[in-house]
Amino acid sequence: MQRYLVRRLLLAIVTLLAVSLIIFILSRSAGDPVSLMLDEYSTQEDIDRMMAKLGTDKPYYQQYFIFLRDALRGDFGMSIKEGRPVTDVILERTPATLYLGVTSFVVSLLVGIPLGILSSIKRGSLIDQAGKIVALLGQSAPPFWLGIMLIIFFAVSIELFPPYGRDDWNSIVLPAVTLGWYYAAANLRLVRSAMLDVLDSEYIKLARAKGVPYWGIVMRHAFRNALIPPLTFAGVTLGALVTGSLVVETVFAWPGLGHLAISALYAFDYPLLQGVVVVFTLLYVLVAFAVDVLYAYIDPRIRYA
Amino acid sequence: MAVNTTTDILTPAGSGIGTRLSGVYRAFRRWPVIPVILLGLVVFAGIAAPWISPHDPDKQSLPERKLPPFWYDAKTESVTQTVVQRVLPGQDDQISLADAQAINPDIQIGESLEVEDVLREGGSSKFWLGTDQLGRDILSRIIYGARISLLAAAVTLGVGGSIGVLLGLVAGWYGGVVDEAIMRFVDILLAIPLVLIALAMVATLGQSLTIIVAVLTIFIWPRFARQLRGEVLQLKNMDFVALARVAGASVPRILFVHIFPGTINTLIVVATLQVGIVILLEATLSFLGAGVPPPTATWGGMVSDGRNHLAGGFETGSWWISTFPGVAIVLTVMSLNLFGDWLRDKLDPRLRQIE
Repeated sequence: MQRYLVRRLLLAIVTLLAVSLIIFILSRSAGDPVSLMLDEYSTQEDIDRMMAKLGTDKPYYQQYFIFLRDALRGDFGMSIKEGRPVTDVILERTPATLYLGVTSFVVSLLVGIPLGILSSIKRGSLIDQAGKIVALLGQSAPPFWLGIMLIIFFAVSIELFPPYGRDDWNSIVLPAVTLGWYYAAANLRLVRSAMLDVLDSEYIKLARAKGVPYWGIVMRHAFRNALIPPLTFAGVTLGALVTGSLVVETVFAWPGLGHLAISALYAFDYPLLQGVVVVFTLLYVLVAFAVDVLYAYIDPRIRYA
Repeated sequence: MAVNTTTDILTPAGSGIGTRLSGVYRAFRRWPVIPVILLGLVVFAGIAAPWISPHDPDKQSLPERKLPPFWYDAKTESVTQTVVQRVLPGQDDQISLADAQAINPDIQIGESLEVEDVLREGGSSKFWLGTDQLGRDILSRIIYGARISLLAAAVTLGVGGSIGVLLGLVAGWYGGVVDEAIMRFVDILLAIPLVLIALAMVATLGQSLTIIVAVLTIFIWPRFARQLRGEVLQLKNMDFVALARVAGASVPRILFVHIFPGTINTLIVVATLQVGIVILLEATLSFLGAGVPPPTATWGGMVSDGRNHLAGGFETGSWWISTFPGVAIVLTVMSLNLFGDWLRDKLDPRLRQIE
């Protein structure tokens, strides 16, 4: 167990370091920030002073360590576009992204798990077919397109939900459905196949023979064991919800980190972009690690492997 | 389909429609005709784009902006307008004398006139799927867009697949430190949020098909490496490998002549399913403005083009600009998934996870 957790933790740390290194290299290859900030009337003295201030007069490896040290302190420098510390901007936008991510996750569970159970116990029925269509669409339709289709139907044509922004209580509905759909599809497939496996096992037949009521078998015996694969997948899900928010927030102009990243990208605001990417990766890696821990706790086979 | 005892106990009989649908579904599973036809069409469109597309995909024509698909009739509304000397801004019920006299030469100021107001122009067979906000033919752009998607997928899978296969073979065969090093590297790459980093990379390195393909390749090869390594671990303890060793075959020979052919089924299945992922990723990057730069037609970029022309919905909005390229993506990826599932069942039932 400990060995397993240490490995996962190390992987998480190395991943973060790798991302920080990629970001550092990218930001330095994007051009000299000094020339972006000064104009042609600047003297050599100005340039030297600015380089000293930004730390670009030091060798690259030192610059990287300074970048890492500052990042650990939560200091990503000043946003060029906003003129204030990157950390402030990021903190301001984080709640919106978490709200969207958690809501979508709940949507994916509320849709995926019940549909998965129903599909497995009523195999071949209409609900199973409907589930297959939901799953197939979720796996094939890109979220950015799905979002636009939802806007056309539910925001523009029948004006049920706002098409963008986060001004009303129901603004969350369309973004959360868009983002949650793919994972609802994945959960559906996972629950369904796990249920089918479990329902086929000996202990279910025994329970059946003992005369346990039908729904008792489904919920107490089958469902509990069928939860392990979706749980494993939840790690991937939550992590990828972070990335998915990039697209969905752009489609719905949702004021979160994803939207911030794209606008930083268009404005060439590298300090801000770096900060957002690091924070996103941190979220992603933390969630993945948390799920690894949870998973080891639940499934003894992992613990003693 | 094998009779499943559990199903007999626990499954209530399916409803009529469900059973019939599931018959169709099973037929598709057994021999996926529609996905194969659709994929054939996409490949054909990509290859033959210059000969089959009805228009130049990049030709703009402002008078022909936002024309609807062919089945749309022109929609007009009859309004009564008062003839005045000059129409004040915002006065929809007025018409200027000059305009009115063009319709009825005898009309005077103060009289009223029935006018047909064009709410929406009709579609025609000139532009089957309508035109976008710059008057470009959507059908032609979809046909040309297939090229970019196919090219990105082919190169990414060709290069990424080769790297992944090679490293997977090496990792699985040698084990130990080599295996650890390669697989930890794979773990890290798979743990990085791909789209985000790809976005940052494209933003700094520049937008071009080459860079996008390079970025996608970096993130695709680990998936092949992981799968191949697992296969090699199983195959390398087989007797035929031991015999090859005894016979004095070199390591490259054992890997490529004896082990690799045994992994081809898995490889084909993984590749088919990854094509869909690569096409989706390329479309996502294009949608976010980090793909192949405009005016080149890409499916993702076209969906993005239509985003600001949705107002009015199905009545007066230009919904078709975003919708049709998206339909192309959905149908392609869906066909690939169905075809991949089918291949998996045929070639490698061990990989089969879900019915």
